[in-house]
Amino acid sequence: MTEINVSVNGRGHTRDVEPRTLLVHFLREALGLTGTHVGCDTSQCGACTVLLDGRGVKSCTVLAVQANGGEITTIEGLATDGVLHPLQAAFRETHGLQCGFCTPGMILSAVDLLARNPSPSEREIRHGLEGNLCRCTGYQNIVKAVQHAAHTMAGGASAVAGD
Amino acid sequence: MATTSEPGASLIGASVKRKEDQRFITGKGRYTDDVTLPGQTYAAFVRSPHANATINRIDASAALAMPGVHAVLTGADMQAAGVNPIPPGWLHPGIKIAEFRALAVGRVSHVGNAVAVVIAASPSIARDAADLVDVDYTDHPAVADAVAALAAGAPQVHPDAPGNVVFNWQLGDAAAVDAAMAGAKSVVRQHLVNQRLIANAIEPRASLANYDAAADELTLYVTSQNPHVHRLIMGAFVLGIPEHKFRVIAPDVGGGFGSKIFIYPEECVVAWASKTLGRPVKWTATRSESFLTDAHGRDHSTDVEMAFDDAGTIVALRVKTVANLGAYLTLFAPAVPTYLYGTLMSGQYNIPAIHVDVTAAYTNTTPVDAYRGAGRPEATYALERTMDVAARQLGLDPAELRRRNLIAPDAFPFQTAVALQYDSGNYEPALDKALALIDYPARRAEQAAGRAAGTHIGIGLSAYIEACGLAPSHIVGSLGAQAGLYESGVVRIHPTGKVTVLTGSHSHGQGHETTFAQIVAQELGCTIDDVEIVHGDTGRVPFGMGTYGSRSGAVGGAALFGSLQKVKDKGRRIAAHLLEAAPEDVDFAGGNFFVKGSPSRTKSFAEVSLAAYLAHNLPPDMEPGLEATTFFNPSNFVFPFGVHIAIVEVDTETGHVTLQRYLAVDDFGNVINPMIVDGQLHGGIAQGAAQALWEGAQYDSNGQLLTGSMMNYGLPKAAFLPMFETDRTVTPSPVNPLGVKGAGEAGTIASTAAVANAVLDALSPFGITHLDMPLTPARIWSAIHGSHGGN
Ligand code: FES
Ligand code: FES
Repeated sequence: MTEINVSVNGRGHTRDVEPRTLLVHFLREALGLTGTHVGCDTSQCGACTVLLDGRGVKSCTVLAVQANGGEITTIEGLATDGVLHPLQAAFRETHGLQCGFCTPGMILSAVDLLARNPSPSEREIRHGLEGNLCRCTGYQNIVKAVQHAAHTMAGGASAVAGD
Repeated sequence: MATTSEPGASLIGASVKRKEDQRFITGKGRYTDDVTLPGQTYAAFVRSPHANATINRIDASAALAMPGVHAVLTGADMQAAGVNPIPPGWLHPGIKIAEFRALAVGRVSHVGNAVAVVIAASPSIARDAADLVDVDYTDHPAVADAVAALAAGAPQVHPDAPGNVVFNWQLGDAAAVDAAMAGAKSVVRQHLVNQRLIANAIEPRASLANYDAAADELTLYVTSQNPHVHRLIMGAFVLGIPEHKFRVIAPDVGGGFGSKIFIYPEECVVAWASKTLGRPVKWTATRSESFLTDAHGRDHSTDVEMAFDDAGTIVALRVKTVANLGAYLTLFAPAVPTYLYGTLMSGQYNIPAIHVDVTAAYTNTTPVDAYRGAGRPEATYALERTMDVAARQLGLDPAELRRRNLIAPDAFPFQTAVALQYDSGNYEPALDKALALIDYPARRAEQAAGRAAGTHIGIGLSAYIEACGLAPSHIVGSLGAQAGLYESGVVRIHPTGKVTVLTGSHSHGQGHETTFAQIVAQELGCTIDDVEIVHGDTGRVPFGMGTYGSRSGAVGGAALFGSLQKVKDKGRRIAAHLLEAAPEDVDFAGGNFFVKGSPSRTKSFAEVSLAAYLAHNLPPDMEPGLEATTFFNPSNFVFPFGVHIAIVEVDTETGHVTLQRYLAVDDFGNVINPMIVDGQLHGGIAQGAAQALWEGAQYDSNGQLLTGSMMNYGLPKAAFLPMFETDRTVTPSPVNPLGVKGAGEAGTIASTAAVANAVLDALSPFGITHLDMPLTPARIWSAIHGSHGGN
């Protein structure tokens, strides 16, 4: 067991973890944050994406001990004071989700994408989401959600949390 | 735009934003693996690395010695405890049913076949201990390909299915086809492989069972599209647990596409283990396990012969298919390559003589069952790919050949030569609309100009029909289904007028919490926020058949609609009593009952609801309360149809295909929520296009799955796809009161043929008449360079 200190969604946690514990299992099992999902065992699907120190990471490829000292944002922490992040709102607005299983990872990858490129083209969005698989939507309305959110965020319509 | 706060607005047909999204976008969805129970233990399965082997011995001593291991259980333990094999849900005359045990006994028949289970205190202990279970096998030759399995001398998958034949099934008039073929002007022949696919819902399968000894009650959380079907089959047939002591909950489910219909070994094992050990037991598949154990789809090898007269009219069709069903028969497997396939062979066309011959084979591979579209994509591909091959051979434009053969609009109801009777349809307007929207002549001109300049554009059409809204129970019963396919819907009005709906349909992405609430709000004049849709829990919902076969709107929605009429009717009688009017003089609109001609004499729906529960002043002989149950049994299937057009560009240097445009014109009858229907289409088109271009499960000759992970199985990514264009025609279905059809599978049914036809159209200058899917760069490059004599 190794002790780690992490901040998750703005709250500090000190826990003992087995060295082999993946960050995603730490979040889901130790902290009960089940909004972060596991869709594969080969780092392909992106359902487990969270923000670690502001950057999108696949939490199934990060050991919990590697996140020691880090600041993590999961889907549960993306809204601030009950106000949805523009990407969360956009996914609802454009019907960017069906079963919802890929959605937390998709939204957090999109947060990362827009942080790096605030007004991406359709092509840039499609390539930017390369690490996230969705089996329900054919991606069309996910692309629209990111475009919609980019537009909202450029207009400064609502506060951006989580980065 | 309609919002949730406009009572009485026309909600059916409005793109209402989804109610369920709030929990999913904030991480509050509750999927099976998110549920944790006190004292929970974890299952890990020991799986066969061999495709065909005898189990000599299972030594669990090392695993049992590990701290934290509660038990190691085998097929022999389950058999000794009286657990039965998992039965298929459809039968054919002469079908050979191989025993499908949740844990193998004596023999394994595919790689991944579960042999034993470890129950332990944590997932990692369970996994580590499973690796320590020592199984001694004698490996035998295996067969993975269905055609090879049917050949003389092939390895036997099951001793009691000689020649590996599961069944042979035929439909149509063979003699009429022979005669028409003999007199035909030309016969077009094509061999087609419809390759095996893997559903890959992004949520892996999971189950969590909890036996409560005090109540003698078992609760199972499971990734299921049909929790009542799970309860019925697991309870009555496999485990011997009476239904009133067995509750199945399918909470949020992360996509199904058919793969979560079936009763799988793992849920049977955790349910039985929980009862045996007296503790909650959870299992969640790794993606690697999903690839090896989720039922696969498609896997047909087909010969099509289509005969024409000299006017380009189809006079006969003969289809001979070998269907690979894998190692065991899962729930729908016998129905998929037969009733859901052969019956669709008339497509949109007036074909006077059709004969379909299907031989289903056992192989040493993962079981094959319904995958999005289930039989209908295979039928559409066989028919529509052949139409394009025929158009080339006959020197006709593919759109023109289709047009010449369409069923005329005045021919409905239309009796096909393959059992189905189409109740309604009007096919030419959809074709016209699709051709106009894509500007077909301009695209053909562009193609010709491009060819001269060395670019290779291809245009592919697919005109499809599907029979969905599964299904008229009397028909499926006569065809061998071991169940009816009606649906239940309860409307419970609370004393305040708020509404709880219990539906036997199940949403795993379809958005029923919104669309069903739209139906209620429209009918009762309330807001959709006044309505709660409950599904996926046998403890709360009356018996229902679940969601697959594009049936929720057409069957589940119709059941709900029936109950709404019943509560409105009772409400009208209460209102009439309170208003001292005759019931026939009372109307209902905008959430109010009122006396015809005197709109001031009115009672709101909420007032009437309260009166129903106060029961102080009800008509004599009327029971208190306001609630209704309906079981809707459709009189026929519904028949969506449409025309899809794909435009691709093939890079002849690399063989790479770019899907440039995709247009879908569909007729789903009335549409409850266009936004949701478009979303279903987008996802369906992506899956169908992916079959044409990227996806395909491959086994080696020893039965090892070569495409066992997301790294080597070609799931589509965002960058592979364009924005799809959608439009519709509207021909309401006459078989349900909403006039709706089904939309969940149409995209997949149509798009595979459209995209494949487009690629082959692009390749026509190279003399390439057909290539089997997936149309990967390697396959295309080889074909082009082969056609150029090697360079
Ligand atoms: S769980 Fe699939 S990438 Fe992490
Ligand atoms: S919404 Fe179901 S996987 Fe993306």
